[in-house]
Amino acid sequence: MHKAVNEPVDEPGNKPLSRAWLRERSELGVSAILVGLGVLVLVDAIRIHTDFAQRGPVGPKAVPIVVGVGLIVVAALLARDVLRGGRGEAEGGEDVDLTAPADWRTVLLLCGAFLANAALIGVVGFPISGAILFWGAAYALGSRNFVRDPLIAAGLSVVTFLLFNNLLGVPLPGGPLVGMF
Amino acid sequence: MDSFNNLIEGFATALTPTHLALAALGVLLGTAIGVLPGIGPAMAVALLLPVTYGLEPTGAFIMFAGIYYGGMFGGSTTSILLNTPGESAAVVAAIDGNPMARKGRGAQALAAAAIGHFVGGIIGTTLLVLLAPTVAKFAVDIGAPDFFAIMVLAFIAVTSVLGASRVRGFASLLIGLTIGLVGLDEMTGQQRLTFGSLHLADGIDVVVVAVALFAVGESLWVAAHLRRKPASPIPVGRPWLHKADLKRAWKPWLRGPMIGFPFGAVPAGGAEIPTFLSYVTEKRLSKHRDEFGKGAIEGVAGPEATASASAAGTLVSMLTLGLPTTAVAAVMLAAFQQYGIQPGPLLFERESALVWGLIASLFIGLCLLLVLNLPLAPVWAKLLRIPRPYLYAGILFFASVGAYAVNADVFDLLVMFVIGVLGFVMRRYGLPVLPAIIAVILGPAAEQQMRRALQLSDGSLTGLFNTPFALVVYAIVAILLFWPLIRRLFRKPAPPTEPSPQVERPKVDA
Repeated sequence: MHKAVNEPVDEPGNKPLSRAWLRERSELGVSAILVGLGVLVLVDAIRIHTDFAQRGPVGPKAVPIVVGVGLIVVAALLARDVLRGGRGEAEGGEDVDLTAPADWRTVLLLCGAFLANAALIGVVGFPISGAILFWGAAYALGSRNFVRDPLIAAGLSVVTFLLFNNLLGVPLPGGPLVGMF
Repeated sequence: MDSFNNLIEGFATALTPTHLALAALGVLLGTAIGVLPGIGPAMAVALLLPVTYGLEPTGAFIMFAGIYYGGMFGGSTTSILLNTPGESAAVVAAIDGNPMARKGRGAQALAAAAIGHFVGGIIGTTLLVLLAPTVAKFAVDIGAPDFFAIMVLAFIAVTSVLGASRVRGFASLLIGLTIGLVGLDEMTGQQRLTFGSLHLADGIDVVVVAVALFAVGESLWVAAHLRRKPASPIPVGRPWLHKADLKRAWKPWLRGPMIGFPFGAVPAGGAEIPTFLSYVTEKRLSKHRDEFGKGAIEGVAGPEATASASAAGTLVSMLTLGLPTTAVAAVMLAAFQQYGIQPGPLLFERESALVWGLIASLFIGLCLLLVLNLPLAPVWAKLLRIPRPYLYAGILFFASVGAYAVNADVFDLLVMFVIGVLGFVMRRYGLPVLPAIIAVILGPAAEQQMRRALQLSDGSLTGLFNTPFALVVYAIVAILLFWPLIRRLFRKPAPPTEPSPQVERPKVDA
């Protein structure tokens, strides 16, 4: 359910463009992202050469230009909505507690665990990098059992590797460890 | 009786021991993943997609059918026992299902849901068998302008009908279209948004986008606001029904599919609106109206049968037109494309064995679902107690496996991370995810159809509007687009006691 919430947001003392004013209207950042994307799409579209190999009256430029312009228009409409007090409603969920402030430490640790897997998978192989991902993510989310967590991580990673690589025919990199056996 | 013969052949395909085992495995995996809190059917299907990569197409889709229905059923279990629906289709089931469970009638609620799913699925799939070949035959004759019109309808409907804020829906749609642009232009081979990268020249795989938006975005979002004390599920025994329960539930089971199936087949239908309609209908028709909201079995039986039939209705437009109307169907379409199979009017001719095998296994999957899930319900209920750190670590783990398995390329993991962060931002600011995923999948196809139509008309824009069918579709699009305006025109003039303009001014829809 997404609903823009109408509530009086103009508290006295919040001057336009002050920190508090911007914090209240952080959704303007979404507009900025949309404008950025729109400009990117338009610049890329202009760069396309259409003088050769074009089949039909509409070339490869047309749709990107429509999308790019659309992005900028929607960004402007969204900014207008936010400035008039409209707010996109954050998504709820069974494990989501919206009354608590955002916990950035957990998010960053989780990102770290995810990227560690991406960085290591080619070097040490999936059984190890996957275990690091699982343990790291579980740690980030608050699990502190230093015996059970790594055991589950290693077990899950090795079983998944064997299941996909050997049973289901979906290759995953084994890394040097598997090469030794 | 042509489709009947085809169906018999389909059963011959689906009933081989390997395929039967795959269907059973699909149902079990689908239910297990679907029951897990925080995982709706769309994420379940996206996460389980890589499991089928090594299989031949028929086997993969038979397994998929099981995952699909299993995931839907698993969602309602979460609703009833935790009162926290993992997906929109199961919201209504929680209204009466959870009070039933709290009164100690959880077993009956689960049974009403399971049998409702079974009945709804059987009726819905039967309607699919009867209707799909006819729709496909009709659809063979429709041309590029018609297809483009239908896709425009899908885009507009998915952004305008669902969700309260249209501008946020359109923002999501355009983000999806942008992602869909990345890669080589199919008609001229020109690079678009690739920035000279060879990795991007093939485009961004739809599976990577789906897993990123659903799984990674959701995990990051939950991580930011993790409830430190998760709600505890209500313990439950083996589902069964009293005679009195049966007497109250059988009519809702049969009525639900009549509402669910047509809604599933139209774009932007989904199960949200029909399950709600079914609930309201059952409440109006019931002799126990006062029990609704406090644990009326009709309030579980009707909507669950509706949701299941609507899933079958979704398959009609997905298989015959290549048009996904829900997130799950969108992921399923991506699975078809993974095998180089394009759903559409010609699918029933070209891939007859596969399609009928798939439909037959839908029936088999439903039977397995009933046979396996009634006795296994207490086991599924235990899954609700999984520690949340393990749950979301597991989601990220399998998301990474899935994204990596597509091309065996680390680059896909990085793309998934970036789109996952985008999914996080979208959740934070109320941008719906569904328009983006539909746009990623349909965007490139819509562009091809539009350019083909304009090629035929030699560049004249009339080439997009020269069939009656396309005109009708555009009329519907116009009504959807201008609906707020039309409503305002027909609304009675506001009485002077209306709230002051300051309160009314911040309009939701821009």
